[in-house]
Amino acid sequence: MQGGPENTTTIDERHSSRVTFEVNGEPRQVTLDNRTTLLDTLREHLDLTGAKKGCDHGQCGSCTVLLDGRRVKSCLVFAVTVDGRSVVSVEGLAGPDELSPLQAAFIAHDAFQCGYCTPGQLCSARGMLDEVSRGWPSAVTDDLNTPAELTDAEIRERMAGNLCRCAAYPHIVAAVRETATSS
Amino acid sequence: MKAFRYHRPADVAEAVAVLAAEPRAAYLGGGTNLVDLMKLGVQRPDVLVDVTRLPLDTVEGLPDGGLRIGATVRNSDLAAHPVVRRDYPVLARALLAAASGQLRNMATTGGNLLQRTRCVYFQDTGKACNKREPGSGCAALHGQNRDLAVLDWSEQCVATHPSDLAVALAALDTVVEVHEADGPRDIPIADFYRSPGTHPERETTLARGALITAVRLAPLPAARRSTYLKVRDRASFAFAVGSVAAVLDLDGDVVRDVRLAYGAVAHRPWRAYRAEQELRGRPFSPELAARAADAELAEARPLRHNGFKLPLTRAITVRALTELASS
Repeated sequence: MQGGPENTTTIDERHSSRVTFEVNGEPRQVTLDNRTTLLDTLREHLDLTGAKKGCDHGQCGSCTVLLDGRRVKSCLVFAVTVDGRSVVSVEGLAGPDELSPLQAAFIAHDAFQCGYCTPGQLCSARGMLDEVSRGWPSAVTDDLNTPAELTDAEIRERMAGNLCRCAAYPHIVAAVRETATSS
Repeated sequence: MKAFRYHRPADVAEAVAVLAAEPRAAYLGGGTNLVDLMKLGVQRPDVLVDVTRLPLDTVEGLPDGGLRIGATVRNSDLAAHPVVRRDYPVLARALLAAASGQLRNMATTGGNLLQRTRCVYFQDTGKACNKREPGSGCAALHGQNRDLAVLDWSEQCVATHPSDLAVALAALDTVVEVHEADGPRDIPIADFYRSPGTHPERETTLARGALITAVRLAPLPAARRSTYLKVRDRASFAFAVGSVAAVLDLDGDVVRDVRLAYGAVAHRPWRAYRAEQELRGRPFSPELAARAADAELAEARPLRHNGFKLPLTRAITVRALTELASS
């Protein structure tokens, strides 16, 4: 959708917003064109390039971050909507010189090849494990009224929103399984 | 993307007032569909009214035993709600069969009902589409129409409705609570969606600027025995090629009550009244379920590439009802 008169509209303060939110525990404030997604805000305005832009349409999951503790696709969130909220990206999953158990398991199980999807896989898996601990069912859960056991089929269904074009899926499943069983 | 102003209303009345005053404003819920369509240039609002912080995010039991679900309740929270899981499994199953974990955390109940079609000609601004641009024609009618409608389509539009949730709600006799400029109104779900006819740009009977505030489920004890079956091109995270929401109430082996609705066959979630009529009062058998589906699909007009949807819809009807009958 390049060109066209709407792209030459003068952007004034009516089309921009000052947004204050917490990123990885730090308060941040940015003034943004309302069109800026949370993903672009993290990458282009806050120098947090962990979250990746794959499809930019909510299909690949490489932009996954935690918003108020829940996994979301940051490419489909306008940053102006997260004012006052809390975001955790892959950079915030552990301290600067540490690995979270999930990150350590990804390394131990060789759960990536090119690594491009990995930040999204990690944030998604973190959010997914929290959902499991709250007893949320999935599409492959037989009995909706009993907390599901985290089988490989459950892990695969619950991680379906994250694509890995290198197809490291068996190792991702193994890393997530180990993290779930050791925590 | 076109530049837009952003507005966060203090209450429902203010949200509706902004839409009334701004001809090209749109409500923003979870954004999973609208933001995507804005990136594609298919939707070009100049004001976004963010309704996600309005106090519409609760699920409450009603005195009559029904359930009111606030419009901003997220799909994941609704699917996990203990009452929904126990009393309306068809609803939980439909939600869990949709999208991905991340998208279900974002998508709202109201927004889900207002999803736009996934017809690829609608999503491509370079193609003719009467829904996107009234009067421009329908490139899908004689195009690649495998994923499109077999029932109730018009020369102007062969799109299908993409929502799984809406199919479950159609089977449950839901009421959609809306707020219009002159106040609140209840719309039964049977009257909420439109056939495409000559105005496919209108998908619902909502007045322009109306805001969905909740959906209300009638008490339906039979719904404890209910399910949602969805066929996709891959195991997960895909829109339906065919789907069925089913509620079955047996007295011995006789069908006392049944509710059936189909997804991916029409411009609206398709309540299968004729099939229900065939089933009611008769001893259940898989053969009866097949005959019922055939009765419903008798008026289907498949397009060039989607004739397979008829045997598919028939097969999932039989499977869903047979599973329920033996559960």
